[in-house]
Amino acid sequence: MQFLAMGGYAGFIWPAYGITLIALGAAIALTLRAYLRAKSMLSRIKDESA
Amino acid sequence: MFALANPKRFMDVSRLLLPWIAAAAAILIGVGLYFALAVVPPERLQGDTVRIMYVHVPAAWTAMMAYGLMALASLLGLVNRHPLADIAAREAAPLGALFTALALVTGSLWGKPTWGTYWVWDARLTSFLLLLFLYLGYIALWNAIEDETRAARAAAVLAIVGAVNLPVITFSVEWWNTLHQGESIFRAGGPTIAPIYLWPLFATAAGYTALFASLWILRIRTAILRRSARVRLAAGDGR
Repeated sequence: MQFLAMGGYAGFIWPAYGITLIALGAAIALTLRAYLRAKSMLSRIKDESA
Repeated sequence: MFALANPKRFMDVSRLLLPWIAAAAAILIGVGLYFALAVVPPERLQGDTVRIMYVHVPAAWTAMMAYGLMALASLLGLVNRHPLADIAAREAAPLGALFTALALVTGSLWGKPTWGTYWVWDARLTSFLLLLFLYLGYIALWNAIEDETRAARAAAVLAIVGAVNLPVITFSVEWWNTLHQGESIFRAGGPTIAPIYLWPLFATAAGYTALFASLWILRIRTAILRRSARVRLAAGDGR
């Protein structure tokens, strides 16, 4: 409980960490998704032309 | 570096490097932020708010490094006319904008308890907000011009001219009176921060750098794959 209270600054520290982790996590997920889509699109085109 | 300017070579080398860089990012950020939240003691004057430093400073450093790399790639694209340099510059911009926004938001959440305000129009904060607008303007310029070669050239000029803002950000805390603290790490005479605070900061910053590198590589790979898909479709394949 004391850990979560962050010496009375919980209202600033946890949002700073929360926003950071959500933003970086979303960036990783979106970047990976775009990469996998481009990869499967290219291999589909290669298959169809083969 | 110029050997990497071949897209095929880039794909081969980056495929080998990417898992290691991504693993380094995960470990460094994980260890750094664990220490930042659970091990580092509350600071004498600002108490636990010092923990915000570990998500604020690495984001700001990465945002500026990303801009420097984007401007460098833009310069190589302009001078050498190499399309991979243009792609590299373009793909750095959204990541740089993200880290800039994170630095601004976490800085704001640090400013309120320590300075008593979320925002102040002083030199450091204003020049950093300008960095965000430079990134957004750069992205908008790419999207506004349809011809890719012309878009790359115009955006490159903007990126290079905007690089003047980087030293302004760095020295803003010396040139002007500001609420933002002065340089306390890379200063003559050594850091003014105790080692227990410092090394988790360096670990997190190295992790952020590796994360940026991983995402940048993935975005460049995505762009190369898309381009070769476009080329194949235009050549009449896949019908």
